[in-house]
Amino acid sequence: MKKQWIWALPLAVFVVMVGFFAASLDKDPRELPSQRLDKPAPAFTLPLLENPQASFSPAQMHGQVWLLNVWASWCAACRSEHALIGQLAKQVPVVGLNQQDEAGAARAWLAELGNPYLATPTDDDGRVSIDYGVYGVPETFVIDKQGVIRYRHLGPVTEQSINDVLLPLIRKLQA
Amino acid sequence: MMAMLPELGLFSLIAAVVLSLLSGALLFTGAALNDSRLMAAARPLAFALSTLVLLSFACLTALFLLNDFSVGYVAQHSSTLLPTVYRVAAVWGGHEGSLLLWLLLLCLWTLAVALSSRALDPALLARVIAVMSWIAGSFGLFLLLTSSPFTRLDIPALEGRELNPMLQDPGLVIHPPLLYMGYVGFSVAFAMAIGGLMSGRIDAAWARWSRPWTTFAWVNLTLGIAIGSLWAYYELGWGGWWFWDPVENASFMPWLAGSALMHSLAATDKRGVFKSWTVLLAILTFSLSLLGTFLVRSGVLSSVHAFASDPSRGLFILVLTALVVGASLLLFALKAPALQSHARFEPLSRESLLLANNVLLCVATGSVLLGTLYPLMVDALDLGKLSVGPPYFNAVFVPLMLPLLFVLGVGPVTRWKAHALAEITRRLGWVLLVSLLLAVLWVWGVGNVSALAVIGVALALWITLSALLDLASRLRKGQRPALAVWGMHLAHIGVAIAVIGITLTSGYESERDVALAPGEHATLAGYRFTLLSAGPLEGPNYLGEQASITVSRNGKAVATLKPEKRVYLSMPGMPMTEAAIHDGLLAHVYVALADKIGDTAWGIRLYHKPFVGWIWYGGLLMALGGLIAVADRRYRPGKRKAQ
Amino acid sequence: MKRTRHTLLWLQTLVAMLLLVCTTLALAATPALSPDEAAVDARLKAISRELRCLVCQNETLADSNAKLAQNLRREVRKLIADGHSDSEVISFLTERYGDFVRYRPPFKPLTWLLWLGPFALLGCGALMLGHIVQRQKQQDAPPPDAATAARINALLAQQNKDTLA
Repeated sequence: MKKQWIWALPLAVFVVMVGFFAASLDKDPRELPSQRLDKPAPAFTLPLLENPQASFSPAQMHGQVWLLNVWASWCAACRSEHALIGQLAKQVPVVGLNQQDEAGAARAWLAELGNPYLATPTDDDGRVSIDYGVYGVPETFVIDKQGVIRYRHLGPVTEQSINDVLLPLIRKLQA
Repeated sequence: MMAMLPELGLFSLIAAVVLSLLSGALLFTGAALNDSRLMAAARPLAFALSTLVLLSFACLTALFLLNDFSVGYVAQHSSTLLPTVYRVAAVWGGHEGSLLLWLLLLCLWTLAVALSSRALDPALLARVIAVMSWIAGSFGLFLLLTSSPFTRLDIPALEGRELNPMLQDPGLVIHPPLLYMGYVGFSVAFAMAIGGLMSGRIDAAWARWSRPWTTFAWVNLTLGIAIGSLWAYYELGWGGWWFWDPVENASFMPWLAGSALMHSLAATDKRGVFKSWTVLLAILTFSLSLLGTFLVRSGVLSSVHAFASDPSRGLFILVLTALVVGASLLLFALKAPALQSHARFEPLSRESLLLANNVLLCVATGSVLLGTLYPLMVDALDLGKLSVGPPYFNAVFVPLMLPLLFVLGVGPVTRWKAHALAEITRRLGWVLLVSLLLAVLWVWGVGNVSALAVIGVALALWITLSALLDLASRLRKGQRPALAVWGMHLAHIGVAIAVIGITLTSGYESERDVALAPGEHATLAGYRFTLLSAGPLEGPNYLGEQASITVSRNGKAVATLKPEKRVYLSMPGMPMTEAAIHDGLLAHVYVALADKIGDTAWGIRLYHKPFVGWIWYGGLLMALGGLIAVADRRYRPGKRKAQ
Repeated sequence: MKRTRHTLLWLQTLVAMLLLVCTTLALAATPALSPDEAAVDARLKAISRELRCLVCQNETLADSNAKLAQNLRREVRKLIADGHSDSEVISFLTERYGDFVRYRPPFKPLTWLLWLGPFALLGCGALMLGHIVQRQKQQDAPPPDAATAARINALLAQQNKDTLA
């Protein structure tokens, strides 16, 4: 009838809990995995910033690896990553999805910082961004030749993320 | 002299940490060797420790009052424009200062224990003070190594960055101190549990000594939580009073466990039963307080409440919590099997109902813990991201609370050892029926009758009537109930009143978003809201807009409400909503300004919240009941009857 | 005889608890839809209360003023107005943002522990309670005869008067 182990049960439960806490210390509770990963990039047709009569749709990129970079002129982090996006654009076509921006401000922003984008579709009401599961600006998607989303980068890209993740992946997909 | 304040504060903190670590070791040794000279040092050491920490805290307060922006923490959380009262409260407006407040309160509790324990066995007292000193020492170390509030800036700031506008509220002045008084107060029961386990003496006297301390800590925590909820209710601007946010859960879990502990201590005190269980609860309650500190301060969970969190500090506080809790649970595993209870009781007795209360409260605590930690556990195992929010907690918590409320009506009038079912049924059967009937009438008077609302109100009435009947029958028999009895019934009635508030406001609140130009009106729940005017407003450190809205019902004026929208100079991008509330006894009318529409019209959110105020009246009564119980003669040494 | 009565008491309590649980769960179910404007608003409010604003710290979609929250409310409103059911609206969002967006986690293998844990705990607690109470009974002396019982009861009543608290 003497069940000695039962007295150690609280300790055991606590040890397991501490394990979980330790494992979650270096995790960001707000960093969400993309639901669109390894799924076809949602189709859309949006007018271009430079020329609202013309439009862009992902189908036009079929057969090549490309990046979709979500940006806005009101977004401070976009400014900080812009030069790096320019470098990336030399290796791979980058499409800049301009989210809920004012056309004049967005054009001025590109004129000031340079325009690395192959095209800049304007997502005025944020609907396309929702389809891509975007929840912050900037975000960058890597889309393969078949039009499947292979990677999503949250927040501004960095030298390190480009060299360690983005470029190797892009080269692999391009091969 | 003034220029050296940060250094003075830092040095007294360092001295306090060294002293507390040493005195813990000294007192443990003294207790182990049963050396009365060493153990007699407990009181002077506790006195010296609290003096040093108080000095350090006073230095930080002075730095805020003097606007010394050469200190980083002051520059971060204050400014010359900040009103004086908030400059004092800003001392605990950030991570570093709130930890210092935590430490100060712990030392004051330690001093209070040392001063009012002449009746306590010297070895036990030495161990209690030793445990508390070590906790103080390790938290002091945490403060010094990761988060000193006295660190100077390389270049002194000319002006402070000011306190987060959300915190510039009377709530900041009283909420954190009360909450921390509660958290830290549970360390007394914890230290008593550790001391008792080490000496192997857990008996009725041990429980009786722990009771008032636990109850007083619980009173503070109750008030702290209630005021925090009230603060969120009027400050966040959408009329919610409980969000099941991780930070709220962090304070709610020790409250639930502490409530269980109070009741379990009562059984151990009166009948010498549930010893090991009571000890475990004492350890768990304080552990949950520490866990709460970890969850809030490490940033492993995200919360709606404004907090500075920092994962690098998380590791330190995790190690600290793991050591304190792990060591005490290990001690429990080793020593608790030897604890035995001899008293016997029947299935229907005060003891078994208290046990049922404990089971339900602990399951409730466990559920809140599970829901709070589940997203973290799933993430740690790389299984994805989940949110666990109000719908989950309500679905799980409410079914657990209903049987608890039922037991609350029977328990207090049931005798120890055994009570005949027939007698209870005879005494209380009709009370249940009357409560149900009254509840139907009451709910019918408020709105559409729903089963859940009737059940909630009926249980509340059941608790209240049963408590009042018991008091009445005692008085009729010519007894003079002890203060503890008055306090118990009052606190239970407080629970009932809060339950009525929660039930009715959740079931029958209504709201509307309207756009009004001056002169226009809108109606909600029989009230008519007319926008009189809206205009600019200038505060000491903010600019704003204020609307003036008259509220009337059936043609009679009820109130004129002046909701505001403020833009603080320190945070121009983040407008703050200051809701205006008419706090009627039967319902609150709550008005918040949204955005300006066009030139003259305003978007306005109107809320009607029946009985919502009862939630806080209930909380107040619970706390008052606890205070009255603490004042009972039984707990006062010297005046206690020899038993 | 007495024992049966106690068993009955516990059984009754258990049944009452189960009934309460069932009532609560039934009340938590969502209502059917209706097309007009006010109804759309009401449903938007009800749904968005159970959804998380993704960019905020920990706010519901209903309470948040963030840009993304406004956009999402607009989309949800459109879906409701087009006659989509609550579960279709939810899956529109979870397809894009995952289960993180739901404050009421779905019931699936990953959340079995979450949803069933509390009730399993309650079950364990009830078993433990029953076990302890039963053990207390077993160790009792044989019941006293009627006269002694009456005297004991009188003494107990006296003692209760002294110490009840």
